[in-house]
Amino acid sequence: MAVCIAVIAKENYPLYIQSITTENELKFHYTVHTSLDVVDEKISAMGKALVDQRELYLGLLYPTEDYKVYGYVTNSKVKFVMVADSSNTALRDNEIHSMFQKLHNSYIDVMCNPFYNPGDCIHSRAFDNMLTSMMMQVC
Amino acid sequence: QITELCGAKRVGYFGPAQFYVALKLIAAAQSGLPIRIESIKSELPLPRFMALKNDNEMRYGNAAEIHGVKFQIPHATLEKNSFKRADEGDKKQETKSPPVSPMCSPPASPSNYQRILLNYGYGKSRSGLEQPHGVPYEARHSTNLQDGPATGNYGSKSALVHSSLSRSLSVEREPQDSSNYPDDPWRITEEQREYYINQFKSLQPDLNSFISGSVAKNFFTKSKLPIPELSHIWELSDVDCDGALTLPEFCAAFHLIVARKNGYPLPDTLPETLLPDYLQPASLKPKRDCALLDSYSESLPVSQQTRDFNRTELETVREDPTNSELLILFDVATSVVEPTSVEEMPDKSALTQDANSDDNQALNVSTTAKTIPKDFKPSQHLSFKTVVQESNTLKARPRSRSYSSTSIEDAMKKGEEPPTPPPRPQKAHSRASSLDLNKIFQQNTQAVKSGWLPPPPALPPRPFVSQQGPHHVTNTEPVAQAKSSYAEFRLKEQTEQVSEIELQPQMNRAPSQTEGSSPTRKEILLTQPPSKPIRRKFRSENQMLENQELTPTSSMTSTLPAVKPHLPAQNRQSSKQKRAIQTAIRKNKEANAVLARLNSELQQQLKEVHKERIALETQLEQLRPVTVL
Repeated sequence: MAVCIAVIAKENYPLYIQSITTENELKFHYTVHTSLDVVDEKISAMGKALVDQRELYLGLLYPTEDYKVYGYVTNSKVKFVMVADSSNTALRDNEIHSMFQKLHNSYIDVMCNPFYNPGDCIHSRAFDNMLTSMMMQVC
Repeated sequence: QITELCGAKRVGYFGPAQFYVALKLIAAAQSGLPIRIESIKSELPLPRFMALKNDNEMRYGNAAEIHGVKFQIPHATLEKNSFKRADEGDKKQETKSPPVSPMCSPPASPSNYQRILLNYGYGKSRSGLEQPHGVPYEARHSTNLQDGPATGNYGSKSALVHSSLSRSLSVEREPQDSSNYPDDPWRITEEQREYYINQFKSLQPDLNSFISGSVAKNFFTKSKLPIPELSHIWELSDVDCDGALTLPEFCAAFHLIVARKNGYPLPDTLPETLLPDYLQPASLKPKRDCALLDSYSESLPVSQQTRDFNRTELETVREDPTNSELLILFDVATSVVEPTSVEEMPDKSALTQDANSDDNQALNVSTTAKTIPKDFKPSQHLSFKTVVQESNTLKARPRSRSYSSTSIEDAMKKGEEPPTPPPRPQKAHSRASSLDLNKIFQQNTQAVKSGWLPPPPALPPRPFVSQQGPHHVTNTEPVAQAKSSYAEFRLKEQTEQVSEIELQPQMNRAPSQTEGSSPTRKEILLTQPPSKPIRRKFRSENQMLENQELTPTSSMTSTLPAVKPHLPAQNRQSSKQKRAIQTAIRKNKEANAVLARLNSELQQQLKEVHKERIALETQLEQLRPVTVL
């Protein structure tokens, strides 16, 4: 059950962050920020191989006692980070994988919009709705 | 017309300004002046309107009845009728009196409606559109006659009218299917639809193709809506999320922009009436089971046929868009003059959605390519559910309706404000057929500039096609044939007379393209059925080909320049049309042979390159295990 989803641009600034509103929202932001290091580590680990061969889904980045952080990178180095609640043990890896796929598709739809300049914050209502539904559905 | 003129700045309803303008224009029309904005400025007598006005109020009181609906419909069309007549300068009084009489006799209104429609004699393609247009027009008109047309009032009245109309709708669903239109802001009226289609054409001449994202962005940015809103509108309207707008998507987007400009908040999801699936059949459900319309439309099957036929001549080379859905539905709607379209519609939509979901190009190429030669018969009704035919009929509809396309262009030049929906009134014309030709020629001139084909003025190159039939079976020469024929015919584009020839090689190209096997990306372009935009691409392709190929082209180009100087001499003389055609045929055949050789040579080269590549790859594989440990 995702409590926070973030889309981070290539230059490592956030394009979009949304959390389930709890009082710890800032904590999630901080978590996402620190997870970027791990993401970069994973990306650079496969540096020699071609980009094509790199997996988009990075898997569990690191667990903490409360939650787990999953990562996903697109070919254009846009990163999706998802913070999931650890208490929900039923959440399987492939479910997270499919959630990232949906996220990626929504992101592509946003990009298709000619009024969206890559690098802007994402204000799309459709995107919001999609993410909210994703966060809620498994709750 | 008057509604279009005065509503040119707003849409969807008659604000006070529009209403006053409309009245003024009515006065102008009744005085015999042409309906233009400028005529408002002159001193005009008050419009002779009293009877109608009273009847409007009366009718609005009765709006709860079905009769009320029919009342409004005849009134609206009669008003329009009267406007048109005024514009055409005849029978103003006559049309005034018929409106009065049906007002007083509600039960007789359907018959009057029919009579008046038959007398209408205008805008044959508008037949089905009159009704939906009439209803919203009238509804708007009546609501605004009541009070000052504040938007709030509009909303409340619209609810009332809407409820009454929806009740009537439930009773007569199919015939009056369009009568539930009245004030739903998310429905596109026929006026608006025309306008949108014309705008689409101005951006992208081929109605079956897409408007790319950047083009659309620039266009919609001119509407001066804030970017986030435009972004949202895009999201709503680009249903397939491909970064490009098809015609229904474009209409939906335009409509949303227009609505937004008029103060309607944007919905969070696309209203059902703006869905592309909905928009296509909806826009083309003109012929319902309504007996009135049937009788009317039956009276004009021939003219429509001939017009459609002309369209086929025009449109046989339409590019096959990936939006087959649009085309097929158009085809169904327009080809069905009888009231069976309703059932077909769902089937078609299912069919077309499937088609759409597939790789459209591959699917549609084969269908269109095969059906292009068939489409030249005028009797192309139900049996030919082809994309090309659809495109033909598709073009037929907007073409025949786009009387005001030129005036729109004028408006565009004047106003720099694209999202003003209803177009300016058309130039006066008495005969639709002559109008069509005028439109054809205007389109042609534009088309020629944009690299399009001028429409063939006459008849079926069908025999020519059959001659070329055997060629297709044996030859797979998409590129070369297109190239030579195209190079030749580019010259001939200047004259319409020779346009028939262009059709023929295009038809030749079409079947052969489906058999084409060139693995380059050109295949994608070439395997599309020949179309006007494609010609442009072919031209560039041909140029590229010429650049890329070395020796094979030398022979080709040597023949081509020989052809080119020969042709211009003939171009200008209409009396030598036949000779020109024959020479073109001969040259075509020669070119075919040459191109066949060229193609085989290229294929061989390709195979060799393939082999080399495979060899290199195996070498790479052998080397690789050494490095990766």
